[in-house]
Amino acid sequence: MRDVVVLGIGSTAFTSQTPEVNWKELIYDAAVKAYTDAQIDPRRDVDSFVTCAEDFWEGFSIFDEFTPDQLGAALRPMMTVTGDGLHGLANAYMQIKSGIANIVVVEAHSKISELLTYEHVTELAFDPIYERPLSAEREVHPYYVAGLEMNLYLHATGTTEEQCAFVAVHNRRQALMNPLAPYGARIGLQEIFNSGYAFTPLKRWEIASRADGCIVFVLAAAEIARRLTKKPLVYIEGIGWSSESPWIAARSADAGYVRRAAQIAYRHAGITDPRRQIDVIEVEDRFAFKELQHLEALGLARPGEAGWLAQSGALGRDGELKVNLSGGSLGCGDLIEASGLQRALEIVLQLRGEAGARQVPNARVGVAQSWRGVPHGTGAVAVFARRD
Amino acid sequence: MSKAKEFGPPLNPRGRRLDAEDLEKIPHIRAKAPAKYAWAAGTAISRFLEELKNGRIIGRKCARCHRVLVPPRMFCERCFQPTTEWVYLPGTGVVETFSVSYIDTNANRIKEPILVGTVAFDGAPPHCGIMHYFGEVSPEELKIGMPVEPVWKPKEERVGSVLDIKYFRPRKK
Amino acid sequence: MNLNKIRKDVAVVGAGMTIFARRLQETGKEMSWEAAKMALDEAGLTLKDIDAVIVGSAPDAFDGVHKKGEWLLDGAGGTNKPYMRVFTGGGTAVFAPIAGWWHVASGMFQRVLVVCEEKMSSVQPHAQSAFAHIWDPILDRPLKPNLVWIFAMEMQRYMYKYNVRYEDIALVAVKNKRNAVGHPCAQLADPNITLEDVINSEPMALPVRRLDISPPSDGASAIVLVSEDVAYEHTDTPVWIDGVGWCIDTTMWTNRDLAFPKFVAKAAKMAYEMAGIKNPRKEIDFAEPYDPFDYKELQHLEGLLLAEPGEAAIMTREGKTQRDGEFPVCPSGGLLGVGNPIAAALGIKIGEVYWQLARKAGPRQVKKDVRTGVAQAWGDLMQFSSVVVMRRR
Repeated sequence: MRDVVVLGIGSTAFTSQTPEVNWKELIYDAAVKAYTDAQIDPRRDVDSFVTCAEDFWEGFSIFDEFTPDQLGAALRPMMTVTGDGLHGLANAYMQIKSGIANIVVVEAHSKISELLTYEHVTELAFDPIYERPLSAEREVHPYYVAGLEMNLYLHATGTTEEQCAFVAVHNRRQALMNPLAPYGARIGLQEIFNSGYAFTPLKRWEIASRADGCIVFVLAAAEIARRLTKKPLVYIEGIGWSSESPWIAARSADAGYVRRAAQIAYRHAGITDPRRQIDVIEVEDRFAFKELQHLEALGLARPGEAGWLAQSGALGRDGELKVNLSGGSLGCGDLIEASGLQRALEIVLQLRGEAGARQVPNARVGVAQSWRGVPHGTGAVAVFARRD
Repeated sequence: MSKAKEFGPPLNPRGRRLDAEDLEKIPHIRAKAPAKYAWAAGTAISRFLEELKNGRIIGRKCARCHRVLVPPRMFCERCFQPTTEWVYLPGTGVVETFSVSYIDTNANRIKEPILVGTVAFDGAPPHCGIMHYFGEVSPEELKIGMPVEPVWKPKEERVGSVLDIKYFRPRKK
Repeated sequence: MNLNKIRKDVAVVGAGMTIFARRLQETGKEMSWEAAKMALDEAGLTLKDIDAVIVGSAPDAFDGVHKKGEWLLDGAGGTNKPYMRVFTGGGTAVFAPIAGWWHVASGMFQRVLVVCEEKMSSVQPHAQSAFAHIWDPILDRPLKPNLVWIFAMEMQRYMYKYNVRYEDIALVAVKNKRNAVGHPCAQLADPNITLEDVINSEPMALPVRRLDISPPSDGASAIVLVSEDVAYEHTDTPVWIDGVGWCIDTTMWTNRDLAFPKFVAKAAKMAYEMAGIKNPRKEIDFAEPYDPFDYKELQHLEGLLLAEPGEAAIMTREGKTQRDGEFPVCPSGGLLGVGNPIAAALGIKIGEVYWQLARKAGPRQVKKDVRTGVAQAWGDLMQFSSVVVMRRR
């Protein structure tokens, strides 16, 4: 029964553009940091490498071709998963558990600033026959789907628009304490409402701006890690992932995909009372309302309760539920497929006691959650913990 | 549609074959995928392109394995170390491999074949080079191992692209 | 690597494929469903019994759908399940099953479905257009390359370095297209094809000629993988996955000697070590290497360490790789005979090795008694390979 730990982490800063480097150099940067943190030589110590990428985000067919060199994976086992960073961690986790590898590297990045037609490519993920023609014909931005989902969620739970806006206020303020985050700001509820509707009832300033960046994780079998380092180890206690029907019309009001993913992760991690057992939480919030919906799906709040928690300041560093202390996507930028790994990064920093001004005292158990964005109902959940 | 006696599994596979003409008769939707990108060339390749504009080939040296990497990159993938210095190469080399192509990029047939292949540069370790065209040589004469040299576009026409080299031709003695 | 501390053994208990054709009317979702249903039927399972779904499909550009994996998920049976898509170009055909393998071997799931789908006919005017984007945009694309050039350059180098004759390479196309006559899904079976047909077929990018290549196809395949804990509930003849390996080489293909695929050898060694194989040529009974071009079968046999460099052509010439030969290669008919819907080639690589070992391959069944087979796929920019060793115990 092998246990899996996080041996090393590395990250670039997150910025709105990265014109001085190409994606290889960006990834190399984060990889070097992660290998230094883990104190390993990728050419000698790493058994397997995983990249998380989608062709159309990158602009290449078979992006897998362009990944090995900058991670040190030339002539090594390497794969690409078309998923979020947490899907990447899941594969690495299973590889270690199955014994095929002892040390696995997982990389996820965003260089989304180089995609000039982001809205069109997002729409390219819609079904070409039944869904795309609706927006394509009138050139409607595909994020209208987020507006639909928000409406569904508010209706199903009684959450108010104002409660959702609080999420944007809190997370951008939290981001001021994250040196990696580009979009920290001291804004109030009034600014959110003044930004106007983008896709009713979703407001402009409730939507995360995009950002570039790269995060690299080094995972290891616990018994191997113990021989390599004296630092306290952060264990991956459980990881789960799930996908709802791809049809937009079938999208659930309560993020069922997170509920199912959490079921798997919590079962392996022995989490039966999330609110009591979990110390720090990082969830996907690229549309502010999603944070509330995801918290409820994670069992951290009852349906409709998350909005009240947001409104009363209970979410965040000074509140009862330490949510998105990194600033989430609203603060760090929408990192596309790297979002989940950025959430995991924050959890690991918190559990190691390396979160600086954002540190939650005595953080022992943390949860990171991801969602793959419009128009999907796909997400993953990972539970991390200290055991010492 | 049972062919169970004639074939082993997969038994009774489904699928309705269409001919090219059928495509117009069945319901279908046409759409273009509007995907546009502007990739940063990055430090190494930006310099490479700049030097091509100057009519020169440049590589990067790895201090550990001593290879000169062309196309240049800021790290060596074998040693996983940053590369350390820029090295100009003479631009001559040998034919590493080639093909005589009667099809173009859209799979259309062409009458005059395109001669394409990879050139292993002098001054770089075995096999280090780029893909390019061959010219001033017939398909029958082109051989692996043949020494070649670059034919550059005139200075005013060079823009900082691999096409600043027109093609490689047999090296004149 | 601790290759011998595997947690759970994994067996194949069912497989299915649609027919392969230049263009099928079925959508990607429909093809996925057909193949998945066939595999479940053979295994005696329904979707309810499946704990996780793994999907493989090559470039999204073929379908013009971004995040194609998400789009296919309902057809592949992934709705409300843990669903994962892996993508290693052409290597996906054998790599998706490897990803399926670790879903089960890790102990996380007991029964998984692996579905591979490809619809190359959607892209207009020709599948070639989608391949334009596999090249580096700054170094390669300005030269307006055609995908066939890569193969042609590799084939040229291979023939040069190991003195391989074109006629022997062409024999592979003849063998496989004839072998495919026994396959119900075959797109390119031809019982009458001769060496002259191949040698005289029109030049594409020399030394490659038209009949040396497998053309684009639509199709889907699927397999069911189960844990050792439940394998015998489903069949008396589970076929075990005893070795898995994969490897990728540098992006800089112009810096490699293309004559020998080192990454295939590394992937093979990884799989052989796990399977406890010390002498592959002796301990493996037959092979399904990836054969999108005829010379690739030979080069891959050598990469799989089943022949010395240059020897595979001689084996072919001497008839050793025929179905009734001493070392059958591509008894399914391979990609050259059945078709090449990239990831969906799962059915003729892993699927075929499974059916052969389970002694269910009907008219394709090889003559010798087989216990150990190897399936291999290859992809990306000539740089990735996946290898699986399967056994009947």
